[in-house]
Amino acid sequence: MSASVHDAGQAAPPRLRWLAATIGAFNANKTSWVGLVIVVAVILAAVLAPIIAPHDPLEQNILSRLQPPHDDYYLGTDYFGRDILSRLLYGARISLVIGVASTVIALVLGSLIGILAGWYGGKFDVVVMQTMDILLAFPSLILGLILVAMLGPSMENITIAIALTSIPSFARIARAPTISVKERDYIEAGRALAFSDVRIMAGHILPNIFPEILVMGSLWLANAIRTEASLAFIGLGVKPPTATWGGMIREGFENILDSYWLVLAPSLAILIIVFALNILGDGLRDAIDPKLKGER
Amino acid sequence: MSRPVLSVQNLQTAFRVGGQWRWAIEDLSFDVAPGETVAIVGESGSGKSVTALSIMRLVSAANGRIEGKIALEGRDLLALSEEEMRKVRGNDVAMIFQEPMTSLNPVLTVGYQICEALRYHRGLDKAAAEAEALRMLEKVRIPSAKTRFGNYPHQLSGGMRQRVMIATALACKPKLLIADEPTTALDVTIQAQILELIKTLQDEEGMSVLFITHDMGVVAEIADRVVVMWKGRKLEDAPAPQVFNTPVHGYTKALLAAVPRLGDMEGHGRPLRFPHIDPDNGEVRGKPVEAADTVKAEEAPLLEVSGLTTRFGIRGGLLGRLRGRVHAVENVSFTLQRGETLALVGESGCGKSTTGRSILRLIEPTAGTVRFEGRDVTGFGKGDLLNVRRDMQMIFQDPFASLNPRKSVGAAIAEPIVVHALAKGAEARERVAELMRRVGLSPAMGTRYPHEFSGGQRQRLAIARALALSPKLVVADEAVSALDVSVKAQVLNLMLDLQAEFGLAYLFISHDMAVVERVSHRVAVMYLGEIVELGTREAVFANPRHPYTRKLLSAVPVPDPARRSLRRELAIDEIPSPIRTLDWRAPAQALVEVAPGHFVRQAV
Repeated sequence: MSASVHDAGQAAPPRLRWLAATIGAFNANKTSWVGLVIVVAVILAAVLAPIIAPHDPLEQNILSRLQPPHDDYYLGTDYFGRDILSRLLYGARISLVIGVASTVIALVLGSLIGILAGWYGGKFDVVVMQTMDILLAFPSLILGLILVAMLGPSMENITIAIALTSIPSFARIARAPTISVKERDYIEAGRALAFSDVRIMAGHILPNIFPEILVMGSLWLANAIRTEASLAFIGLGVKPPTATWGGMIREGFENILDSYWLVLAPSLAILIIVFALNILGDGLRDAIDPKLKGER
Repeated sequence: MSRPVLSVQNLQTAFRVGGQWRWAIEDLSFDVAPGETVAIVGESGSGKSVTALSIMRLVSAANGRIEGKIALEGRDLLALSEEEMRKVRGNDVAMIFQEPMTSLNPVLTVGYQICEALRYHRGLDKAAAEAEALRMLEKVRIPSAKTRFGNYPHQLSGGMRQRVMIATALACKPKLLIADEPTTALDVTIQAQILELIKTLQDEEGMSVLFITHDMGVVAEIADRVVVMWKGRKLEDAPAPQVFNTPVHGYTKALLAAVPRLGDMEGHGRPLRFPHIDPDNGEVRGKPVEAADTVKAEEAPLLEVSGLTTRFGIRGGLLGRLRGRVHAVENVSFTLQRGETLALVGESGCGKSTTGRSILRLIEPTAGTVRFEGRDVTGFGKGDLLNVRRDMQMIFQDPFASLNPRKSVGAAIAEPIVVHALAKGAEARERVAELMRRVGLSPAMGTRYPHEFSGGQRQRLAIARALALSPKLVVADEAVSALDVSVKAQVLNLMLDLQAEFGLAYLFISHDMAVVERVSHRVAVMYLGEIVELGTREAVFANPRHPYTRKLLSAVPVPDPARRSLRRELAIDEIPSPIRTLDWRAPAQALVEVAPGHFVRQAV
């Protein structure tokens, strides 16, 4: 229905201008470009892993185990003689898929809860947000640990567990601007025009608070990737022999004193992607905020 | 004439917007003599506030440029170093702003803030500064100054805060006081008090005042000389009576013609359209025309409100128990005919907006009935309510807030049409185009977003959206209050035209008595949630019976310096609060008919 509304208003929304403004603000803070480039590079590496990986990540070669980085194995090999670079590339897929999937689930459900709580207010709001506070009081790792231990360590379960731990944050992020937007005259005008609650929430409130949620999403993606690695490190990740960054650190941990490279490469990978996502999120926030001020 | 206190010559101020320099003021010159009050008048964007900022050199150096000469008692302010300029600000020139809440620091007591200015600028020690601050608070006629000294800004009303701001500004005995719209955010009775205070203090201190305002009524009330500005240029600079009686420039004439004056309407039974004036040459096209008779007096009333009451609970304490109630609307009753405009007037907090919202049930009323076309709306379930809301629409005060910034305006107007399945596709598009044309906008603008429109255009868009469902009743909540005078006149004309064309009934909620007199058929005056006087427009304005109505009318500034009211006494009263204890009972009063159709609240 909303498409037909746009249609009737002859509105081809000039999103290009919006994009140009965002890029302009993005430019003002050059470091956010660094973040963007790194994130895109990691995504490409993960997607192209079957093509660019020099070895099969699962192929064991007992003859060449625990080798330091050299010409054949750029980042060395592990205890079973598997190529660390290849495992790193394939591990990026697991990290990104779980990270993105859990963040998207949390973003959708969390925003829904937050908007509903903000819009209806009253007792509903109190009960929902108190529940969220209880969830928030658990450290996300512990909560994820309990959930994975209960559900079993599969990729789907880990995704669900991480999503559940980040829902409260999105609910909070969505609720606060909902309450402030709710008081605006155009929402009141919508009620006077006899729009349904669903239409007002989806068509009028959501577009106005979405940028804030999106910024939060990019920051929480880093968090989700870190949580996934932590779970894998304590042995609740995707089951071996599948390559995951956290799992690689776990496996290399026993030989850390002799073979530093086992731990160094996956640790740096986690560090770099989390760092890149954080500065990207900061850049996005800076890019979106001044625009909001100008428009409201 | 002695040497002017302030002499501005060929002032030019430019701002950098998106890499380009744009002139906000072009070639402005004027003088302010000792003890004189000069008013700078203009609409938004005329550069009047930039003038004040330029004199104070508060324009940021990175994105602003000031050229020309600003001499304060012969000293060129533009040649001073930043350090010297800081000494000038506050010491020689002081400034007060429109919004007294934001100009006071909310976490410091008002006494501390005045002391701070005294200690910094006059080098007084703590005890001396406190004594002086107390004296200043008394000087601006703040009752029980000793208690107020330790209050935080939020504990004071708007009028009291503005008094504190004036006390701070006067702390260092400036030679020039710049007042930038100091009364715009205040209620009319409070505005009258503050204007009176500024005049009195000016006499006592012998300072000059540069008064910046958009309100011709305030200008007539206070100014010795008037500078009219338009788009960064000075159009007129003359003694006040001359500007008002024989304006030279067309724009000034247009501005004056667009200002509704209290008492203009004697001899007119129906609302009066504003004349159309060309702002470039001031040609008046057509006399003010009386609107057609739209009131369907013989039919049954469209809207019957009886005993409407809306209260909000105030909870407090550990257990969140009910502590008191805000009696926002108290036993309000009136009727509205088809095609009639009933004005609800009153000052802030009198419950006029809550009344409007309660009728549409945007706020749930506590008691009473609202009959729309004979059916009681208060008992309606969700479905019926959505249906009846099609016939009752609302226009809001702030045109910047009433349109969703993320929807194109065409989509915003189309949305109600499509949602209520009145039309779709090409038919809906045609309907949107027709509505936009009807409110005087080009349909081609439909793809634009709200921030690309001016305030007046946005208000037209809001009207178009409200009309999309062909309502019978429109609640206009301060619909023109935020608009410039000339734009205000056009929007009011549009509203009168639409009333004639569609037979709309308006519930016109406003604090502006002059506008109300111009457009309404009947008037209801509200005070503390109750209607204290209700009658035809002629009866209420020509023969106000309730003391509050009289007070309200006498406080309205008249845009005519010759009728400048004699110095009123410096009454310092505040608008009382409608917050009551739980066991409060309304005094036994009722609306009594004192003349046919003219009701006044009296003891019974």
